[in-house]
Amino acid sequence: MTERAQIRTRLDGVNVPWAERLATAVLGGVALALGARWLRASAQRRPAGGMALIAVGAIALGRAIAGRPVYPSRARRRGGAHARRRATGAVEPLAFRERVEVRLRVNGRDHQLAADARTTLLDLVREQLQLTGTKKGCNFGECGACTVHLDGRRVNACMVLAAAADGREVTTIEGLALGGRLHPVQQAFIDHDGLQCGFCTPGQIMSAVALLAEGHAGSDEEIREWMSGNLCRCAAYPQITAAVREVAAGRPAGSKV
Amino acid sequence: MLPFRYARAATVDQAIAAGAAPHTAFLAGGTELLNWLRLGVAAPARLVDITRLDGLARIEPLPDGRLRIGALAALSDVARHERVVRDYPVLHQAILQAASPQLRNLATIGGNPLQHTRCPYYRSAEPLPCNKRAPGSGCAARYGLNDRHAIFGWTDDCVATQPSDPAVAFAALDAVFATERAGGGRRIPATELHPLPAAPWPHHVLEPGELITAIELPPPVPRSAYVKVRERASYEYATVSAAVAIELDGATIRRARIALGSVAHRPWRLTATEQALAGLDTGNARALRRSLDASFAEARPLAHNGHKIPLAKAAAFRAIELALRTLP
Repeated sequence: MTERAQIRTRLDGVNVPWAERLATAVLGGVALALGARWLRASAQRRPAGGMALIAVGAIALGRAIAGRPVYPSRARRRGGAHARRRATGAVEPLAFRERVEVRLRVNGRDHQLAADARTTLLDLVREQLQLTGTKKGCNFGECGACTVHLDGRRVNACMVLAAAADGREVTTIEGLALGGRLHPVQQAFIDHDGLQCGFCTPGQIMSAVALLAEGHAGSDEEIREWMSGNLCRCAAYPQITAAVREVAAGRPAGSKV
Repeated sequence: MLPFRYARAATVDQAIAAGAAPHTAFLAGGTELLNWLRLGVAAPARLVDITRLDGLARIEPLPDGRLRIGALAALSDVARHERVVRDYPVLHQAILQAASPQLRNLATIGGNPLQHTRCPYYRSAEPLPCNKRAPGSGCAARYGLNDRHAIFGWTDDCVATQPSDPAVAFAALDAVFATERAGGGRRIPATELHPLPAAPWPHHVLEPGELITAIELPPPVPRSAYVKVRERASYEYATVSAAVAIELDGATIRRARIALGSVAHRPWRLTATEQALAGLDTGNARALRRSLDASFAEARPLAHNGHKIPLAKAAAFRAIELALRTLP
């Protein structure tokens, strides 16, 4: 059997090392032979031992040939380390799942969740954590309405599978305000009318907060370029740029100069 | 989106073993794959998450001044890497004009060149004639709306373009894609990663289960530039783009490499122009401009994209000028 075919066999849910299968087959054969000898020697007086040996031998031989595990608990226990040994050419098969476990820290709180493998980070925070501030706009990575911070970097939450975000840290728009006080970028959006319908606003603000941390607010032109991943169909772009510029300059809201 | 099963690979061996099985896709940045799943242009039964593979996001120097970029490095991390900023402006500029800041934080440098064409017939939610979607169904774009389509290397069966910006920079740099696969890895020149249209109209030359592990750049080419022409100022695919890498002997061009983007189903190298440029004086703007005619003789416009020819020519000339103006 080629290595690739061997790997494919394993992927079908079977994971028995070849050495173990060979040893099991030999032992099974020995048991069969001993059982047969026992039956002949005992001449039908005490056949139980011989028959038991034949049964055990047949089962072991059959399972070894079929590649089924003979020592279930030991096979499970050793599976990982054994299969990872590269010297034998063996590769630990992946366990593919339709439902996945996801551990996430969202806005400072730890969560352990289960979800369909297709679930995006966006759907997970909105529908399982009820954090509906993050908006679902295009669901194609084109509008930026779903922007969140993943391990401190801004990303489109509709483009991240929840399973792939396992173990990571997420900040959503709900996590920006501190102790009832708005984040300076939130306050600046209000002060500058940086919105009309408001649907894109959470994404705009999450993007703006990241942009400021990245140091991309050197000029209006730079702000517009680095905010370009967030579309606003009400076209509040001048006001959004003004809000970001104000926070970048560190000026309090509404002050002149 | 059809159901699929998910698993996370811990090693490259594990990933390529699982990836070689039928109906299996690799998940890296996900910014293309998730949309394919939504549109139905791909329906894998199994996803192998490769994002946690150890060491594949590293950017490290190689001997002779070359640079090795791990395939899982995010576009944003590659763009701001000091070696890329200083030694390969063409790549730095190409990445920063690709996608959006959010997408660049997710998308990987190895995955980006594997994105599929943006042809609206290919990406249509309803089934339309498209040989890439359904081999043998024809090409709706050939006599349909084809303003965004190819002017080089197309056939009546497919007029799609390859949309990646970084891929154009890689082609101009003669970068090399290093891969791993079950039978042993290989090295694929960036100019050969994408095939020209031919049955069964594949998107790239990788085999099922073959994984790009790194992209190797040549020694520094500081005189290089990327010009992208598009219908809005930012966050848009190219109408045309041009990547140029120039090496000088004093005021004479020793070697020039030019690749155009969004004009064919692969970054289109202007080899005849490159030959014409060798030996030219950098101050001879007329000769520089005339050198472009050599490669554009073979351009063939479709019904709606004749404008791409002068646009691509102008973009290439602008990129030559920018590259020459870059201080080494």
